[in-house]
Amino acid sequence: MRFTLNGAEQNVDAHPMKRLLDVLREECGLTGTKEGCGEGECGACTVLVNGDPVCACLVPFAQSQDCDVITIEGLGGSHPLQLAFAEEGAAQCGMCTPGMIMAAVVLGPRPSLEHMRLGLAGNLCRCTGYEAIYRAVGKV
Amino acid sequence: MGAVGQNVARKDGGEKIAGTAIYVDDLSFPGMLHGRTIRSTIPRGRIRDVRLGFDTAGFTIVDHRDIQEPGRNVVALIEDDQPALAAGEIRHVAEPILLLAHEDRDALRAAKIDVDYEPDTPLFDPLASHVSFKSLCITKGDVARGFAEADEIVEGEYRTGHQEQLYIETNGVIAVPEDGGMTVYGSLQCPFYMRKALCVVLGLPTERVRVVQLETGGGFGGKEEYPSMIAAHAALLARKAGRPVKIVYDRVEDMLATTKRHPSIVRHRTGVMRDGRLAAMDIDVLMDGGAYCTLSPVVLSRGGIHAAGPYRCDHTRVQGRVVMTNTPPNGAFRGFGAPQTQFAMEVHMERIAERLGMDPVRIREINAMRPGDTTSTGQRLGDDCSALQVLRQAVERSDFHAKRARYAGGRRGIGLALFYHGAGFTGGGEVRLASRASLELTARGVRILVGSAEIGQGTRTMHAQIVADALGIPYDVVETALPDTALVPDSGPTVASRTCMVVGKILQRCAAEMQSRLAGQTPADYHRDHGAFVVTKEYEGPSGIVWDDETYRGDAYATYAWGCDVAEVEMDPDSYEIRPVAITAVQDIGKAIHPILAAGQIEGGTAQGVGYALIETVVMRDGAMANASLTNYTIPTTLDTPTMDVVIVETPSEHGPFGAKGVGEMPIDGPAPAIVNAIRSLGLDVRAIPATPELVMEIACASR
Amino acid sequence: MRSATTSLALLRPRSMDEALRLLRDDPPLVPIAGCTDIYVGLNFGTVRDMRFLDLWGLEPLRQIEMRGDMLSIGAVATYTQILKSTLVRQRLPILASAAREIGGPQIQNRGTLGGNIANGSPAGDTLPVLAVADAVIVLRSEGDERRIPMERFYTGYRTSVRRPDELIVAVEIPPIDGTQWFRKVGTRAAQAISKIVMAGVRASAPRIALGSVAATVIRLPRTEASLASGASLDEAARVMGEEITPIDDVRSTAAYRRQVATNLLRRFWGDTAALA
Repeated sequence: MRFTLNGAEQNVDAHPMKRLLDVLREECGLTGTKEGCGEGECGACTVLVNGDPVCACLVPFAQSQDCDVITIEGLGGSHPLQLAFAEEGAAQCGMCTPGMIMAAVVLGPRPSLEHMRLGLAGNLCRCTGYEAIYRAVGKV
Repeated sequence: MGAVGQNVARKDGGEKIAGTAIYVDDLSFPGMLHGRTIRSTIPRGRIRDVRLGFDTAGFTIVDHRDIQEPGRNVVALIEDDQPALAAGEIRHVAEPILLLAHEDRDALRAAKIDVDYEPDTPLFDPLASHVSFKSLCITKGDVARGFAEADEIVEGEYRTGHQEQLYIETNGVIAVPEDGGMTVYGSLQCPFYMRKALCVVLGLPTERVRVVQLETGGGFGGKEEYPSMIAAHAALLARKAGRPVKIVYDRVEDMLATTKRHPSIVRHRTGVMRDGRLAAMDIDVLMDGGAYCTLSPVVLSRGGIHAAGPYRCDHTRVQGRVVMTNTPPNGAFRGFGAPQTQFAMEVHMERIAERLGMDPVRIREINAMRPGDTTSTGQRLGDDCSALQVLRQAVERSDFHAKRARYAGGRRGIGLALFYHGAGFTGGGEVRLASRASLELTARGVRILVGSAEIGQGTRTMHAQIVADALGIPYDVVETALPDTALVPDSGPTVASRTCMVVGKILQRCAAEMQSRLAGQTPADYHRDHGAFVVTKEYEGPSGIVWDDETYRGDAYATYAWGCDVAEVEMDPDSYEIRPVAITAVQDIGKAIHPILAAGQIEGGTAQGVGYALIETVVMRDGAMANASLTNYTIPTTLDTPTMDVVIVETPSEHGPFGAKGVGEMPIDGPAPAIVNAIRSLGLDVRAIPATPELVMEIACASR
Repeated sequence: MRSATTSLALLRPRSMDEALRLLRDDPPLVPIAGCTDIYVGLNFGTVRDMRFLDLWGLEPLRQIEMRGDMLSIGAVATYTQILKSTLVRQRLPILASAAREIGGPQIQNRGTLGGNIANGSPAGDTLPVLAVADAVIVLRSEGDERRIPMERFYTGYRTSVRRPDELIVAVEIPPIDGTQWFRKVGTRAAQAISKIVMAGVRASAPRIALGSVAATVIRLPRTEASLASGASLDEAARVMGEEITPIDDVRSTAAYRRQVATNLLRRFWGDTAALA
């Protein structure tokens, strides 16, 4: 099955009901996308599918066919948002970080606090109380 | 410019933001199997029969009979009472009985196992339990005399519930059989606890067991002792299979089976003078330990020692018990008993003020401990006791009095809590631990060798800052070795707000010795001329610190951090939901080695405390967590957390590096009582947490 | 215990016709789209179904459009589509409100209106809105189509009149006169399951529907009649108490749901008084 992963064409043979999360981690070797719950609550597995943040634990692989999938690895490591997360201490244990960044990346430049709270409501962080995350996302 | 006090780049920041940091589930080994744990479904009884309803070809199957001399079927910790695998007796739901491993996870999941039990009547009510894991009594002065002198007596009972740590990364390990021994990689806080437990269950000497801590996605105490259990399981499977075995819990299993914060019932009886002075305090602490001892005695100790709050009182008695019930064992969780007892103290203090018709700030000002005052254990406080200072700063900064007057009669409430937290192990714990840390000279600079775990709080960064400045070298040339028990000395567990103050201090002493050996040369120059060397130092108890474990008298901690939280809440009159609007947190941590990281601890601990106060309910039904999912056990989201105003106060302690005290735990002591006191200001007599809308409704309807 | 996904089958029709044919000729099949419920069930190992029909790619099912004076929302329209839709915001703004409070953005991007209806949870957030809107569920099968008023759609706890060979293809909303009102009380401020959810329309014949107080979403015809007749709020609240049958569960209590239902009724009536 074909899809675009971080800008590159992929052809992966996996079960159509396999979770996109597992395909990314096991078939594609991209372990940056994390699993925190498997029930779509924590957002640690957030990736962009055709530009929209979704929980990769709730997407059957088949539905990624011909889609454009972007994971944390696709941002490269020095995306302004990533650098801001590092500067502001927005990554503590780091487990929510990839999903948080993928949810934040669609919020646009310098989002308001209200916009950030709504936009990140699907991502749980247990370390920061979200404050450092707002400081990071809000300045980019 | 030095590194201490600067917001230097986190050592682990680059990998975490890039998604390249390796956590246990990101790692695999050739030939690796996956493990699964079969658990009891009854709270108490005996196993009658275990039947395997599947084709066992390709499976590795382990039960208690696979643990043979010299191995012992226990998870070694304090009491050695908890079996790694139930041998017959079942004491709680989710007790491990049987282990399976298979290379295909779907096959593993499909395997059907039936367990027959002979059920027995379980005990769930801690008040009805007669089995204590530990009891204690702290006595100061003469309580009877204090009550006789008092003008008023105020009594109350306060309750707190379970709380799940809810690290975003669930528990997991990989056990790899190597050279007749075992190496375990995992998500954990205490590599040397795990090594000890593995030696006992496998019957191996320490040199044959190695534990490597991988990047760990949060701990909060939940990865202090429990990982020893999962490591034992993976190692038993790996030994039998002769192949690496990975066990990573899914969220449901993690919530059902692993430890939580101890529920508590704390009773206060307090004698007060009309002018607000505390004349006598009699406090009774009961904690629910669950089915096995785990760390309950130490949790009770910390809870008991903090139970009288940051207040001076000449006549104090604290009695405490932690008892057995047929529920999954409770264990370490940030704060370690102190959040429970300080919740009770601070809500009780509010009620005392209400009784006396006194301003809540005023009563705390009158009673707050000052330098030179003694705690309930008789510890004389040093000049770094800043209870009054944090109180006044929080009150001023939050505009407490003006807001309290303005909000009166409306839907908004404001309340505060004053609290403190002892840094490091309780009593003689640090001396017994005798932690060690090492510094190794490298071609570039130095390498830190400690067993302290980076679990998100910033261990690697903060230690490197301390070493850099103690040596007078750039932060960038200080690196930290992986916590691998084969490489690093035992610097004790990563718990009890001790990693900066205690381990950091040992590292500072290592650096001082290294600096004198370098005799003015840079590490690189010295290395070129003379080669590498390693300096190792052991913990030295500060002189003049005396503690008696039998009588609970003396210096319970080397020093204390001090904090005051002011919470503003708003109640929805239709749904009784309490929305936390804002929290002002003023916390004296001695010295912020890294201000952003320190503020991160306070903000994160505060949010966790907000959840504890309002929405985190563990629903126990028939001894099992009935809401074991992230859908139904709700932690705060971005829309459930208040605006936070964090102020770090720095009154240095002579006992910590650069004056630093503990910072990790204290932030969770304050939010619950501050929030409940804010709710109280709305006229609602809340004395338990979580203050769910259901509870608030009951109180609101009853008081109508 | 999480279900093994490798034993499951997923059929992926390329058209509505193919989907309907498969439903008729190759049962049993459970239609799925955004999968925000089904994968939660698979995660908890509670799903017994083994064969699924993927509707996600069927674009015609995503349309939000006017058909005559009816607002038609395709079954596979996501919550994100709904809350951004000008038509929805003009004609049924409380549906946008409900959509906005479901899950977080990730769930809103995937969850669908048809899925909320098909899942049939008594806590489904859009269902009280559809109930007070007198929505009509459009069911299509090979060679047939029928329209079922929301009030007659559910037959019990998570059961409905939908036959296995039928697909929910759309929801049709007639024009609504009166003031719309919606309130969700969840387990927290976001990513929450409803403890109680209420929708209302203030008109000469007021309409009220509640979720999480019975085995299915319910309209409250007697309470509505009481309000229409000009009875006091106390009386209406008393009648409401007789019409709901809330229970204790892991998220809340029956007592709380009863009390809050009454409070919401009063709030609805108060909020809409000036506009009535």
